[in-house]
Amino acid sequence: MSDGNFKSSKLSRRSTLLGLGASAGALATAGVLPGTARFAQAQSSAPIKIGFQKHATGIGAAYGRWYGATTDAAVKRINDNGGINGRPVEIVVEDDGTDPKRGAEVLEKFATQHECDIAFGTLFSHVVIGSAPRAGELKLPYFVVSEGHHVASGMLNRYTLQPGITDVKSQVQSMAPFVAGNLGKKVTMIYPDFAFGHDHRDFFSAAIEAQGGEVVAKIAIPPTETSFTRYFPNIPRETEVIYHVMVGPAVLTFVKELGEFFGPSRPEIFGFIDSLEAVNINSPGLEFLEGTYFWEGMPRHAQADQTSHDKAYRAAVGVDDRGASLSDGKDVSTFAHMFGCWETLNIIKAGMEASDYQGPADRAKLIEAVEAMTDLPESDDHPQGPKQFNGKTHQVFGQQYISKVTDGKLVRAHTASIEDGMYEDEVDYTAQSF
Amino acid sequence: MEFGPHLMLASLEGAVIAAILSLTAMGLSIVFGVMRVVNVAHGEFFMLGAVLAWYVTSALGGHPALGFVAALLIVPVLVAAIAATADRLILKRINYDADRTIVGTIGILYIIQQTTLMTFGPDARPVEAPFNTRLSLPWFEFGENGFAMFWPWGLSTTSYKLFVIAAAVVILLGLWMVITRTKIGLVMRATQQDSEMAQAFGVPVGTVYSLVFGLGAGLAALGAVLVVPIQQAHYLMGHDPLLLSFIVVIIGGLGSLPGTIVAAILIGMSDGIISVFFSPTIAKIIATLLVAMVLVFRPQGLLGKTAP
Repeated sequence: MSDGNFKSSKLSRRSTLLGLGASAGALATAGVLPGTARFAQAQSSAPIKIGFQKHATGIGAAYGRWYGATTDAAVKRINDNGGINGRPVEIVVEDDGTDPKRGAEVLEKFATQHECDIAFGTLFSHVVIGSAPRAGELKLPYFVVSEGHHVASGMLNRYTLQPGITDVKSQVQSMAPFVAGNLGKKVTMIYPDFAFGHDHRDFFSAAIEAQGGEVVAKIAIPPTETSFTRYFPNIPRETEVIYHVMVGPAVLTFVKELGEFFGPSRPEIFGFIDSLEAVNINSPGLEFLEGTYFWEGMPRHAQADQTSHDKAYRAAVGVDDRGASLSDGKDVSTFAHMFGCWETLNIIKAGMEASDYQGPADRAKLIEAVEAMTDLPESDDHPQGPKQFNGKTHQVFGQQYISKVTDGKLVRAHTASIEDGMYEDEVDYTAQSF
Repeated sequence: MEFGPHLMLASLEGAVIAAILSLTAMGLSIVFGVMRVVNVAHGEFFMLGAVLAWYVTSALGGHPALGFVAALLIVPVLVAAIAATADRLILKRINYDADRTIVGTIGILYIIQQTTLMTFGPDARPVEAPFNTRLSLPWFEFGENGFAMFWPWGLSTTSYKLFVIAAAVVILLGLWMVITRTKIGLVMRATQQDSEMAQAFGVPVGTVYSLVFGLGAGLAALGAVLVVPIQQAHYLMGHDPLLLSFIVVIIGGLGSLPGTIVAAILIGMSDGIISVFFSPTIAKIIATLLVAMVLVFRPQGLLGKTAP
């Protein structure tokens, strides 16, 4: 066992050294003959390779599939419009099995085997936290689409950025006033028992207390759980509002059993749409959701005041007005999250164009270019809404939506402004060296 | 929630777990008892049952009950046929050697799991229950006004969950009748007691082995068809039933059918009750601890017989 480990570490050190040597050589060449190198690069029509760390299997599979569809659509649009710096974009897909250990290995493959320019696309927070340190070591820009607060909290490093989707801290902070003001002040939280759920637990508890409310019970459920009724008796009777957020393959069972538990006399229910991502809201057993509220990153059902950007985005990705696949109306997308892939890829394009990105040697320039971004107006590039990027914390801020289930449709009831989700910087990544 | 209703809800949840577990563990136990094969792929036959149930119900359409009944009839037979084929193709070739069958069934585990992933995909898919009415349950207490009945919040079950418990009891009774009252059962028991002697008396041991391996897998699939309207079909759903089945079979006594039932009820009920009052993780810890205790103090299991 130890022998095998020794061998494998020796091997990877050798390959790392080789890689370092090669890149040093390349740098030297570029230094000695700057004119030639620039000429060679200007001629290059080799594709820009983006490594897509995809949750193709494991508990994140439903998200992975739709992150994949959105990524393909965004890349097609970028390539149809001339690519990035005149070069086509190529997506290299690797399955991480929604597993942190595999996630770090996948980044290694992107950097050394596929020779990707950057890595992108991770959602599940434990995979991001497991992979980001490796991205820092590999000096590989790592654009995550994860919602976790770990980017802005300062836990990660200068190579990890989240410019396409807001984080949980910002989301729950902008939801708390609505919950306390409209639904009730005594809240029971039900959340998945890993980093993402803990973000919800910690930040919502603080946010609701700031509104004069309180969390009367915190019920953590492992994300691999398949049966939920046994957790519900821990909901105290004094509960006025159920706050639920769940992920994993069994979310439909979770919501169904929640309905069966309460029957006709339910408290107010406020959920994160995560509990129903990729699930048809009209599934049998979900009738009790009528009149309940959901946070949505982007409204799944096309609203009455639908923007042209939303329309164009849906058409490009191939989903209808109810957020389901155009080819199969039963195949519901992870609509409230997957816009993050679309917007992140457009940020990458803008960043690469601003920094005149030519190859891996320009990775630091790319990160500096993204860090310099601030206002991102609503557009076809950013169909979810206007955003503000904070270069110091590597985190974007945007609008949040609350929808009410009305006649089986998610109808937007409240829009939280960008300012509602702002909080003080907890880190300054720009002070870190590359 | 008050203690009384809480305990009742926990027991109801535990009874559903115990019902499914007794079917699944029974399959594992029969296979070990007759063939002396530790079937590591047992959980995958369970998963296959759930996944095929989804295929059957979604292919038929119409009223959910129609698809469910069809799945209940077709799927266990189909899974049994797959298992019997695996027995013929793999286990027979390695002469049911104890060590090699473990490796062989691990191989079967991965083949089934990855084939499902490639065809069915990584998503969880629901199967609609044939009927599913929420039943609120009353609770009694002696208060100031004497004996009173009230309806606590959340104390409920569904008609389908009760059906699962009843169905498991009926299936196990039927299995017991087959084993004790029919010629097939007689042949199975003869093979279990001494396969060489049975062969000498003209029992086609090879066929019996295939049949038993199929029966074991079919029981797991039957359990899965019953549970899939409560849970969902997913390609990784075989892990937990496999672990729990092993726990049950070890506690009950390897190859002892009554022991398996007793242990399934014990583990299922305790899993349900401990999960509700404390946490499902603690329930698993206690079950595993129980296995360790049984192995130390009563290695033959609760109802197992010591080797003569």
